[in-house]
Amino acid sequence: MRIVLDRAKCTGIGICESLAPDVFEVDDNGDLVVLHAEVPSSAEADVAAAVEGCPTQALQFEA
Amino acid sequence: MSSQMDSPGRGALVVVGASLAGLRAVESARKAGFDGRITLVGEEVHLPYDRPPLSKEFLSAGAPIDHVPLCGRSEFADDYGVDVLLGEPATGLDLDARVVHTRERQISYSALIIATGVRARELRGTSGLAGVHVLRTLDDARSVRRALDDGARTVVIGAGFIGSEVASAARERGLRTTIVEALPAPMVRSVGPDLGPALASLHERNGTTLICGQEVTAIEGTGRVERVRLADGTSIEADLVVAGIGATPATEWLAGSGLPIDDGVVCDEHLRAGGADVYAAGDVARWHNPRFGTSMRVEHWSNAAEQGARAARNALFPAVVEPYRTVPYFWSDWYGSRIQFAGIADGDEHVVVSGDLTGERFVALYRRGDELSGALTLNGQRHIMRYRRLIARGANFDEALALAETMAYRHPTTRS
Ligand SMILES: Cc1cc2nc3c(=O)[nH]c(=O)nc-3n(C[C@H](O)[C@H](O)[C@H](O)COP(=O)(O)OP(=O)(O)OC[C@H]3O[C@@H](n4cnc5c(N)ncnc54)[C@H](O)[C@@H]3O)c2cc1C
Ligand code: SF4
Repeated sequence: MRIVLDRAKCTGIGICESLAPDVFEVDDNGDLVVLHAEVPSSAEADVAAAVEGCPTQALQFEA
Repeated sequence: MSSQMDSPGRGALVVVGASLAGLRAVESARKAGFDGRITLVGEEVHLPYDRPPLSKEFLSAGAPIDHVPLCGRSEFADDYGVDVLLGEPATGLDLDARVVHTRERQISYSALIIATGVRARELRGTSGLAGVHVLRTLDDARSVRRALDDGARTVVIGAGFIGSEVASAARERGLRTTIVEALPAPMVRSVGPDLGPALASLHERNGTTLICGQEVTAIEGTGRVERVRLADGTSIEADLVVAGIGATPATEWLAGSGLPIDDGVVCDEHLRAGGADVYAAGDVARWHNPRFGTSMRVEHWSNAAEQGARAARNALFPAVVEPYRTVPYFWSDWYGSRIQFAGIADGDEHVVVSGDLTGERFVALYRRGDELSGALTLNGQRHIMRYRRLIARGANFDEALALAETMAYRHPTTRS
């Protein structure tokens, strides 16, 4: 599973980071850094919650 | 009057309130495998849409005036198999008969989710005066937007988050903008006694006049607003007045139903309201948050989204209910700065661990007893969620201070 981030939609609200801290991190400019585009299976459930929890629908899973 | 008489046994989920929490409830019901009938009942004529942009991007000059619904008609019909009734408010609830009433019909449920949100409080005595608005719905936002497009001199009443965003949008267009706050200091209840004024100083730094400790005594004008009269007798010329004076839970349709209401629909930690198979979610729900051991009602986006999903799962699969435990979180955008808050603001003290209260960025932590109870950041996107996670697991304040040390001296992240 890969994460696809739509930077145009992401506003750095950071909900994804609070749900899946090993995978997402917002930097000082408010830009989201995807630490692992290739999601480790241990983090899949967290990332799924992040995809659902993103208020701007900026995240998508790609098989 | 038609009626849909599904027997409860067959499973019929009814969700009242077609906004964020209601939408997430129906999505989650289907994702969890519920295959009974679902009816979504909404008072507004619009398909569910997102509210945060209404006081932000939507108000800026040249932004698209159309809105993109969170879920389209065909998605509702084809992907979720949901009957969507729009422009049809629920008017009553019969707990014994398990029926929701609208003016047009009666809808039977085996499980009910109440997600009717809140209504913005209106200024008394201003009906019939053009140019006076609240900001809660898309229709409100369109009116405010039109006035800003016309170059309105803007007066915002109430220095809360939504009002501050409106002021920021007006200033960004170079319009003359004033905020009037009745309390002596702004946002004391929402973020605390020093931090409220620190945030509010953004207004003055960006050319918005902030007047505190002044009651508005009248909104004057013939047919349309001309000026706002203050308690000290002075007045402010205005073409647009936006009231940001809070909101009240939309529970009037539940009056007489017997469902316990106390500033919201009273729920336990599972979001279960005081009736068989009745749950509530979102801004309307006052639930017991196990994280803080207290009942609370919050008007925040992520809370509404998550509660909608949780309430549906709990309502439909009561054998495996889970409590809804959360650290409240919201963000707000003023003058290009982002404010973020996590936790609860009623701590014993706060400590500024990064930046300073008069600057462009800061991080403040709230202590309650020896626990970290909240965090407020101004342009501190890198920080906030780390503290939110600490709050979630009940971390010690010392641990938070230790984290702050490491954050302060870390080099800015480079984008990978
Ligand atoms: C302008 C604005 C800006 C915001 N910005 C932010 C932000 O930056 N960050 C943040 O975290 N949160 C923000 N919020 C808050 C966030 O939008 C709300 O928490 C969220 O919309 C709550 O969703 P909800 O579904 O619980 O309620 P609502 O969105 O209020 O929806 C309730 C729906 O129920 C309908 N309804 C009411 N009564 C009935 C009835 N009897 N029958 C049928 N339908 C009924 C209403 O018409 C409404 O459509 C903002 C809100 C506003 C208004
Ligand atoms: S939750 Fe969405 S908008 Fe927020 S930082 Fe993550 S991807 Fe961006």
